[in-house]
Amino acid sequence: MSGGAAERAGGPGGPVHEPDLAVHVEDLTVTYGSRPALWDVDLDVPPGVMAAIVGPNGAGKSTLLEAILGLTPTTAGHVYVGGRRLREARGRIGYVPQRTAVDWDFPTRVLDVVTMGLYGRLGWLRRPGAKERRLAETALERVGMADYRDRQIAQLSGGQQQRTFLARALVQDADVYFLDEPMAGVDATSEAAILDVLRDLRAEGRTLLVVHHDLQTVRTTFDWVVLLNVRVLAQGPVETTYTADNLRATYGGDVALLSGAADPTANADGAPDPTPDPAYAPHEGTRDA
Amino acid sequence: MNAIALQIVATGALVGVAASTLGTFLVLRGRALASDAIGHAIVLGIVLVWLATGATSGPLQLVGAAAAGVATVWIADALGRTRRVADDAAIGLTFPALFALGVLLLNVYARDVHIDAHTVLLGEIGFVWLDTVPVFGVAVPDALLWLSVVTLLNVGFVATFFKELELGTFDPALATAFGFAPGALGGALLALTSVTAVASFDAVGVVLFVAFTIVPAATGYLLVDRLARILWIAAGVAVASSVLGYLAASAADVSIGGGMAAATGVFFALALAFGPRYGLVAQRIRRRSERDVHENRALAVHLFQHAGTREAGEENVVGALRDHLRWSERKARDVVARSLDAGWVDRDGERLALTERGRAAAREILHPERRDAPSAR
Repeated sequence: MSGGAAERAGGPGGPVHEPDLAVHVEDLTVTYGSRPALWDVDLDVPPGVMAAIVGPNGAGKSTLLEAILGLTPTTAGHVYVGGRRLREARGRIGYVPQRTAVDWDFPTRVLDVVTMGLYGRLGWLRRPGAKERRLAETALERVGMADYRDRQIAQLSGGQQQRTFLARALVQDADVYFLDEPMAGVDATSEAAILDVLRDLRAEGRTLLVVHHDLQTVRTTFDWVVLLNVRVLAQGPVETTYTADNLRATYGGDVALLSGAADPTANADGAPDPTPDPAYAPHEGTRDA
Repeated sequence: MNAIALQIVATGALVGVAASTLGTFLVLRGRALASDAIGHAIVLGIVLVWLATGATSGPLQLVGAAAAGVATVWIADALGRTRRVADDAAIGLTFPALFALGVLLLNVYARDVHIDAHTVLLGEIGFVWLDTVPVFGVAVPDALLWLSVVTLLNVGFVATFFKELELGTFDPALATAFGFAPGALGGALLALTSVTAVASFDAVGVVLFVAFTIVPAATGYLLVDRLARILWIAAGVAVASSVLGYLAASAADVSIGGGMAAATGVFFALALAFGPRYGLVAQRIRRRSERDVHENRALAVHLFQHAGTREAGEENVVGALRDHLRWSERKARDVVARSLDAGWVDRDGERLALTERGRAAAREILHPERRDAPSAR
């Protein structure tokens, strides 16, 4: 952690802060009504990792992504992506929301949805042209969806819809990708295709933060993990952080996690453990004034 | 068609194009009823502006009434956000109150003004030619002039911001992330809807305005699945409804506005019944052919499972389809005939045997993973 590189003012895009971290979140709190959805979250994700965000239902996993991306109002805290404030970092961020976030009966085709990923780069008023179309087709090939380019999106299976969303994120050519349950409820073919693409992205040096529901595959798929239940219970490399103790602290006791096939989210109701082991307290990054 | 008829049809067509262009986005955003709320609430805006300034038409009226329309939707949204009132009820709570307030103010302050409840609801499109303004020496109906301006405004807005409106409707979160301000664009959409409602108000009334906002867009949605094409179809349906509605109403000597609104309904009904993909007839045909295919497959699997076994002589005969599959005589005959035609089955007297093609079909159903295996990894 390079705490000394604090608030280097100037530069064309505003102040730079923690430039050696892909994602740096400090003291992030989000509240819905009286209930805290995220409480004083500190998050440091180094570049080039594929990080799983894991926690029970209601832990605030999706809210964390939305708050980092500025899609939900925050009560406190701030976010840096690649050392820059969100406003300056937008062009380097890709986001794959949950599949249910949009209306799949919307009158549009697969290729058009993927092209939408380029709208940000086009900016106001400029229309997508042949170049954008080519980029979208390439992304569709990458996720194995080239044959479906002219399909109305309602005619896709869940896994194909998810791959369409992934292709839309690919064309954004981002440094940091945020993905919300990209493998939830998809068929085996789609899951394999999605995983291949995610691994490719990591191999290209990009950073991925993935909300993930399947505790059995965290160890085999990811190299970084964030255990979240309203607060961050633990974060770090999978080998050292993804331990039974940390999982117990996150899910609140009775979890047949690493051995059993039971879905741990089924026996945790999302209530935070009131007495966490201090050893698994949130990672304390170097703070700047 | 004489000049008056032409002016009446042109008025309807302009309202239709102006309203359906915005309506396409309102329908896709699940906000179609906002047009109903706006169409009523602008009465209050019109009355308030008239009381404050004495103006009964013109730009001031457009702005004032537009503000009333946006305020209505804003109030309904605020009510909905309290979570104590469902969104549809919130709309239903808001606009009748504001509309009634407008009518009461009219009763108190303007007993002799031409606005009345009947005009508000159905308009007087038959009399658009009465109020005219000279344009380059030609007497142009007031309503037609304003509607031309509003139609150009709406079409220009949608053409200019098509990409931003499309993304803001399909995925507001991504639109926000790209900095396209979907909230502001949605507000502009409602403001233009209000302006359109005001401009249409005298001529067509609320009912035809709502019909033109919702029905052509809903018709396009049934016919095609690309946003830009829906816009074109909606505009076409609106224009055609104006022409046909006028002709039918004139022939039957009934309300012209009512005729145009009914014509949009006829187009919608036709699209619902005969649309190429989502139409009821097409769906029925597709379901029937799917059922046929499933029956053929069931026969193929049945024959496949028993082929070469001891009970094959008992199972793989036409009679077994009746006794074991519980198919009626006629259904068994149909399925066998279709399977023979498709080259899935050979028949030898009573005995049925799968062809190589039929065996391949059965294998694909029973062991789909073998076919998928190469592409899975």
